[in-house]
Amino acid sequence: MKDFAELYLNIDSTTSTNRKIDYLSAYFEKAGQRDKLWVMALFSHKRPRRTVQMRLLREWAAEYADIPLWLFEETYHIVGDLAETIAKLIPPTEHKLDKPLHKWIEELSELKDKADEEKKRYILEAWKSQDSTERFLFNKIITGGFRVGVSQKTIVKALSNYLKEDPARVAHKLMGDWTPNNTSFEELLIHAEPGDIISKPFPFYLAYPLEGEPEDLGPVENWTAEYKWDGIRAQLIKRKGELFLWSRGEELITHQFPEFTSLLSQEGDFVVDGELIVCKDDAIRNFQDLQKRLGRKKPGKKILEEHPAALIVYDIMELNGNDLRNQAQSERREILKNWHRSLDSNMPIRMSHDLKFKSWDDAKELRAGARDKKAEGLMLKSKPGPYKTGRKKGDWYKWKIDPLIIDAVMIYAQRGHGRRANLFTDFTFALKDGDTLVPFAKAYSGLTDSEFREISSFVRANTIERFGPVCSVPPVQVFEVAFENVGLSKRHKSGVAVRFPRILRWRKDKKPVDINSLDDLKALIR
Amino acid sequence: MPSLIQFGPKGLYCEKGGFYIDPWQPVNKALITHAHSDHARPGHKNYLCQSDSVALLKHRLSSNIKVQGQCFGKRININGVDVSFHPAGHIIGSAQIRVSDSQEVWVISGDYKLEQDKHIEPFEFMKCDYFVTESTFGLPVFHWKDQEETLQEINSWWHNNSSIKRPSIISAYSLGKAQRVIENVEQSIGPILTHGSVDAINKVLVASGIKLRKTKKLVEATEDEISRALIVCPPGAMDSSWTARIKNHAVAFASGWMNLRGARRRRGVEKGFVLSDHADWPGLNKAIRYTQASKVFVTHGYTDIFTKWLNSQGINAETVKTQYTGETVDNENED
Ligand SMILES: [Zn+2]
Repeated sequence: MKDFAELYLNIDSTTSTNRKIDYLSAYFEKAGQRDKLWVMALFSHKRPRRTVQMRLLREWAAEYADIPLWLFEETYHIVGDLAETIAKLIPPTEHKLDKPLHKWIEELSELKDKADEEKKRYILEAWKSQDSTERFLFNKIITGGFRVGVSQKTIVKALSNYLKEDPARVAHKLMGDWTPNNTSFEELLIHAEPGDIISKPFPFYLAYPLEGEPEDLGPVENWTAEYKWDGIRAQLIKRKGELFLWSRGEELITHQFPEFTSLLSQEGDFVVDGELIVCKDDAIRNFQDLQKRLGRKKPGKKILEEHPAALIVYDIMELNGNDLRNQAQSERREILKNWHRSLDSNMPIRMSHDLKFKSWDDAKELRAGARDKKAEGLMLKSKPGPYKTGRKKGDWYKWKIDPLIIDAVMIYAQRGHGRRANLFTDFTFALKDGDTLVPFAKAYSGLTDSEFREISSFVRANTIERFGPVCSVPPVQVFEVAFENVGLSKRHKSGVAVRFPRILRWRKDKKPVDINSLDDLKALIR
Repeated sequence: MPSLIQFGPKGLYCEKGGFYIDPWQPVNKALITHAHSDHARPGHKNYLCQSDSVALLKHRLSSNIKVQGQCFGKRININGVDVSFHPAGHIIGSAQIRVSDSQEVWVISGDYKLEQDKHIEPFEFMKCDYFVTESTFGLPVFHWKDQEETLQEINSWWHNNSSIKRPSIISAYSLGKAQRVIENVEQSIGPILTHGSVDAINKVLVASGIKLRKTKKLVEATEDEISRALIVCPPGAMDSSWTARIKNHAVAFASGWMNLRGARRRRGVEKGFVLSDHADWPGLNKAIRYTQASKVFVTHGYTDIFTKWLNSQGINAETVKTQYTGETVDNENED
């Protein structure tokens, strides 16, 4: 654990990616194989199964720190991180013990079926033997969410330095749903060829947002355009009579979407990339409908009928065992079209069509009309470009449509965490509905630090009621709230749900009577 | 009901004595705990403060103000009310103000800390009936390390940088933290350079007879000196053209907020040293318990939470709304 704590402190003390890579490579050089694998897993959010309830952890920490639970909760809310709160609250180390990282993790997983009293004894003993950083890391292992600013790309680079192997190959080996429980460092990275494991997906090629004008991309004839759908990115694999559907988060979701098993009846092996959506009677549904599907581990007959899923395919990386990723986009597109044509017509696979445009002005017009097509914007791809690994500039760009905007009034404010612990940073906004106000969105980003300070002093001076960290305020401050899309929703009091709401501007020039109504918002539903 | 001090719209008021303590609106007579801008405001007709604060007040407010200094521990009588100043350990010249008559003893502590520095008098524990306290770091996660340990961290960071000719910029309030850093780091590592506003404060202090280490303004230093230097710069001047001129520099923040990982990360800081001029959780509790006060008034910081905590511990406490800010989490105001 000492080495891991040192690694963590080093990584946490720099913002330079290169330095992080150096620290990681150095760690890989000296760490044991099991520890290495766990570090890779923890940093890529493959955390071990939770064996201790968060509620209990909080109670034990408060008890050990000899403070009332309410004080623990208030403090936790302000610090914003449970692992850190506990590490900083509890009494100092009693007797230092150095146990390797994987040992801690294994012991934690062995707690699974133990009685709460026994778990408590173990956790308290552990805390007593760890220093402050180790406690924080130990707690993080339990709670999950290692946000240390280490991207997958950084891990890949560090491993490729350490193993002296091509980063793209390392990235490919790291794909899939391996965990330190079902593989070893040697098996995952040294002995195996990526192709040995038939379920293994390719690293997704990720697009950059287009900043500036499309004209900057050069001659229009080098580019293709297609709609960008609002679903989730997925990779569908058929190899040796087996089918695998992977989400972009590298979760295997094959069983959640049984409609794709019909593809097993089709000829040949393939790996295709596309957008997973819900599509009924040939009409693409909004994201809320897909969310209903994503929430079900085992969908029933009814939901399958009401919300059938489909994959809108836009790339093909492998066909009958041949890796196509180095071929040009335009060639892959032809192969994809032929493949799609060869499928039976009742397959849940739709082709992402190339849009026709002769000039960038044509493309702009297509983008402007994207919302009517229920798309989020356009994807621009360069015709000669290969299928790259990870987020790389140059060949794929997402060109989103401008957000929808509505004027709303603030009715609740919530205190922020960490640096903004004494500011109010999360706000709930409402729209008019006859004589009443209906909350419709929560948003936090979009204001400058000085605006946050100003609105915070307004909240402090005008709080009507306090509900823990949340304060209600008189509805007088008007804001422009931007969002990507809006759809009907039964789960929300307002009856509508907006996608990615954020504050665009504080409209000090506007009065509460000037805000939009709920009907105005509903009118934006396509 | 206590009556010697009231919490009025202009600030803490002693009617009997005819004076205010750290008022935020212009008054006739103001007693000032320390020279930070949220406690020492302009516009009062008469100021009374600890002797070391006199020059600072003149520098920060105006050279024309009417200000009187008083040394620590000396008791004077203002209209039948006894007044004395006692070390608060917060910054140079910072005082707790003790106010008493035959009925009540009050201590208004302003901002305070318990750690002992080489360059200022340590916090004085006092008994009183009514204690007015801050609670800037009034949460149980704020637990300062031994100051020597933090100073060692600063020294070794500076040493590592200077050995590879990398200038070390440390962010610290020009009044208070800057002098604490300058006076307590290991001098032999390299030259200590300052930002203009730190230098100005230092000059004022030296002119009024306070001994400080010799420092140089950044603009007066050679390239070689800069490469080995610890450069003390106020938070407001970080990320400015001033720091941009210093090539290949390393940056660190010295603040109690650096105790929170979120605060450090959101600043994008490579290095954060947990060094505060305010009391931590154990410090606040220790100081308050010692007073044996029958009532504690909590003025600024995590007031609601800290008040609730004190009451849960059997200490009668109440939150009072003031306009003091303490060490802000944004590190922008000079408090
Ligand atoms: Zn102060």
